[in-house]
Amino acid sequence: MATAAKTLGFIPRPTAQTGFWSWVATVDHKRIGILYGVTGFLFFLVGGLEAWVMRLQLARPGLEVVTARTFNALFTMHATTMIFLGVMPLLAAFMNYLLPLLIGARDVAFPRLNAFSYWIYLFGAIFINIGWLKGTAGGDVPDIGWFGYANLTSVEFSGGLGTDIWTLGLLLLGLGTLVSAFNFIVTILNMRAPGMSLMKMPIFVWTVLVTSALIIFAFPSVTVALIMLMFDRAFAANFFEVAAGGSVVFYQHLFWTFGHPEVYILILPAMGIVSEVLPVHARKMLFGYSVMVFSTALIGFMGFTVWSHHMFTVGMGPVVNSIFALTTMAIAVPTGVKIFNWISTMWGGQVRFTTAMLFAIGFIASFTIGGLSGFMHAAAPSNTQQHDTYFVVAHFHYVLIGGSVFALFSGIHHWFPKVFGRLLDERLGRWSFWLIFTGFHTFAFPFHFLGLMGMPRRIYTYAPGLGWELWNLVSTIGVFVLAAGVLTFIANVVVTMRRPADAPADPWDGRTLEWTIPSPPPVYNFATLPVVYLRDAFWFHKYPEGKEKALDFGSPQTGPIHLPGPSLMPILLALGPTVAAAGVLFIRMRLSYAVPVIVAGFVITLLAIWGWAFEGEGGALIEPGEGD
Amino acid sequence: MGMWTRQRGARRGLALLLAGGLLAGCSTLPQTPLDPKGPVAQTQTGLLLYTLYIAVGIGIFVTAALLYVVFRFRARPGQTGVPLQIRGNHLLEIVWTVIPILILVSVAFPTVEAAFSTATPPEGALTVRAVGYRWWFAFEYPELGIVTANELRIPAGQPVRLELTSNDVIHSFWVPKLAGKTDMVPGRVNIAWIQADEPDVYLGQCAEFCGDSHANMRFLVKALPQAEFDEWVRQRQAMAEGPRDLSPAAARGRELFESTAGNCFACHAVDGTKAQGAVGPNLTDVGQRSTLAAGILENDYENLKAWVKDPAAFKPGTTMPSHARLSEQDLDAIVQYLQSLK
Ligand code: HEC
Ligand SMILES: [Cu+2]
Ligand SMILES: [Cu+2]
Repeated sequence: MATAAKTLGFIPRPTAQTGFWSWVATVDHKRIGILYGVTGFLFFLVGGLEAWVMRLQLARPGLEVVTARTFNALFTMHATTMIFLGVMPLLAAFMNYLLPLLIGARDVAFPRLNAFSYWIYLFGAIFINIGWLKGTAGGDVPDIGWFGYANLTSVEFSGGLGTDIWTLGLLLLGLGTLVSAFNFIVTILNMRAPGMSLMKMPIFVWTVLVTSALIIFAFPSVTVALIMLMFDRAFAANFFEVAAGGSVVFYQHLFWTFGHPEVYILILPAMGIVSEVLPVHARKMLFGYSVMVFSTALIGFMGFTVWSHHMFTVGMGPVVNSIFALTTMAIAVPTGVKIFNWISTMWGGQVRFTTAMLFAIGFIASFTIGGLSGFMHAAAPSNTQQHDTYFVVAHFHYVLIGGSVFALFSGIHHWFPKVFGRLLDERLGRWSFWLIFTGFHTFAFPFHFLGLMGMPRRIYTYAPGLGWELWNLVSTIGVFVLAAGVLTFIANVVVTMRRPADAPADPWDGRTLEWTIPSPPPVYNFATLPVVYLRDAFWFHKYPEGKEKALDFGSPQTGPIHLPGPSLMPILLALGPTVAAAGVLFIRMRLSYAVPVIVAGFVITLLAIWGWAFEGEGGALIEPGEGD
Repeated sequence: MGMWTRQRGARRGLALLLAGGLLAGCSTLPQTPLDPKGPVAQTQTGLLLYTLYIAVGIGIFVTAALLYVVFRFRARPGQTGVPLQIRGNHLLEIVWTVIPILILVSVAFPTVEAAFSTATPPEGALTVRAVGYRWWFAFEYPELGIVTANELRIPAGQPVRLELTSNDVIHSFWVPKLAGKTDMVPGRVNIAWIQADEPDVYLGQCAEFCGDSHANMRFLVKALPQAEFDEWVRQRQAMAEGPRDLSPAAARGRELFESTAGNCFACHAVDGTKAQGAVGPNLTDVGQRSTLAAGILENDYENLKAWVKDPAAFKPGTTMPSHARLSEQDLDAIVQYLQSLK
């Protein structure tokens, strides 16, 4: 049914509805969400594997499971993978899949840009891991730490290609992230269902809005830092070359101006997920919605005023240290408010211990611990004792696993029936929760002790007799339990996917619009677009309070629904910068064809933009009820 | 100083109990900041413990509240009807905004106070210039004309002013029992200070990731009673004349050290000799050190020999080359020479 009019595009829009090419060319936010989710989860497993090898090495003093350089590559890639290739894309999966459903829309504002974001993420993720093919000995796997502090990243001190791969890979990944952020903001601001004012949006949508704003303001800073670094390495610029008057501390400021907001980019949407799950499974409205919205925005804003708390030891002096200590402490207030609101949400409710809820409760408990150690870090003078020790490692594992990852698991169990039409097995689910929960705390809580016993982070080995043996061993044991939990989860998914897709539209007695449509949703999402009168519209539609109307389904759709057409331009456009990045890498490898490759990358980019602009509207007209 | 430092003693006792007995199950924690032995670390640890107790207190309260709510309001079989949909409560929101603010204010004051009190060394402190190298520390006493490495001798009970910098990448100077970290940043000099109240040996370690052997970049601070320290300074200054009374084997070792046969002089300096290399640690007093290669090996004959023969076996990535090409006799001679440097 495609409208194949004559166009100036050089590749016609593909029309396949199923099969490999339909996924390559898809612009459907739901399919892109699934692609993000599956890819992100695979990289999450890769990052977990890297962590596992490190914990084997550190189980006892003086072990030689891997070499020093491999270990350094492992912790660099573990963090880079978990942050940029695992957790962020998994959060992006939720944003992509859910955003239009939650606001009652048929897709995001720019479906093709959405596909572009995914493809450049995939290419960037492969690019940044390419060094493993050559092994770690030559320094071709990044081994500079995930913040890549200058001047360790200079050619003089990191001569291998690892740093170039890392720099270029992150630049590619950043592009996709920025594009997504713009896309989500436009979607949220322009495509909400009639009647859904900003303060009637589901709270998750708010967190996506704030997160997207954070991305837009934070990523340019790291992009600048990375481009400078790239120029230093590939073209012998001197931005961070001390002998030539460059400043290594300047890099840290650029990096952390991004780096601190980045942790909120990782946690705010996770908080949003939990804020959706708790009310459904406690059957009670989110407590203090407007305060939650305000605290989200406030955390986002304050997130830009604290970056130097990562630099208390760098020698900024007591005045600057004091200022950043106080701004950092201030963030504890809106964060604490959230925790109390979550607990109050359950107060007086009917708390059902579903797997999704267990993970959400586990999130509150674990994230609180991470938040409290974060508050401790804020005190600059004592921070100099905690900084760069396992105490900090404990902190960010509590906010990233106990926080983001628990929220992700909660969200997966909550929305799995919507996405795949099948309810995950609850018995296996409970097993996976308890294994993951106990495994995680066994693995990460000892880090607090180790930090307070003086164990620095990023050491590939340690001497006996420092009192660190016991807790390192306990931590390693915890990883095995945690891994067992993740494997149980995978088993649960496999078992569930083999069962027939028979999940009802609204298995949890949900509150928001996605539960009004079939599981899984048809390609067009809503056969008739909803009209929203209240927050939690679907809940109050089912359980009205008084006479107030909560939700309408507008006038029934007459005639077919137009859906954006699949396109190959997004993947082509993602290919262009990737080829150019490879060209820059070739410059460092002194290959004669480096410059032609860079030029080719630009040509591909321009061609893709041309094709993008002129490939025509395309798309399909679908009768409601067909094609799902 | 505020209440938080006055109760330091009691708190520290509790913390040690926590860290030592309860947590570690072992008697010694030589690198813990929870056992401060000088004024800088004491101030920092006092603050650390104050924040720790607040964190633990709030943590217990929140966990208890969470558990209570979850079990008290769990769904029960046969339950009918839907819960009352409460939108929020302004008074509660104000309460849990104001109370944390008050707690934070109580932390803010000692934080700022400590930030200033630990920043500037007291007048008249002995100056030490500490320079980070991949992966070892050089220590210079500009006022005393002494250069040494990896073991910092200081007079106990006296403040020491540190001028910290780096010769290559960023390192961080950290002696947990004496003071928190201060980074050693190439291209700038950071000022910090330490003081050890009691004569003892304190462990230090580089705390900023600096490449392959970051884990192997440690050092010792040896706090000596003032008289012993003065004696060491006198003796060490006398060594500037160069080694004397070498045994025949050691003299042969010196020859190798200072010739292209051993080539050690290209990188190492021994005061008063022709060896004036500046790539590796100054070895004038290497025979006095209790550890080798930045605190990772005990300084005995076997280790010294093994190190000189193949340093990368102990320290991946080090610039010191292998000397496996030297004969056993030559290696023994060199080690004898090194051991006589004290
Ligand atoms: C290319 C430069 C270079 C050469 C040549 C060299 N060394 Fe070294 N040496 C170093 C460096 C750098 C270190 C510091 C290693 C570390 O701890 O990271 C070092 C450390 C040492 C140490 C340990 C010092 C301490 O403070 O613990 C000894 C002993 C030593 N070298 C002896 C020798 C001898 C003997 C020779 C000649 C046979 C030699 N070195 C040749 C660079 C060199
Ligand atoms: Cu931060
Ligand atoms: Cu170092």
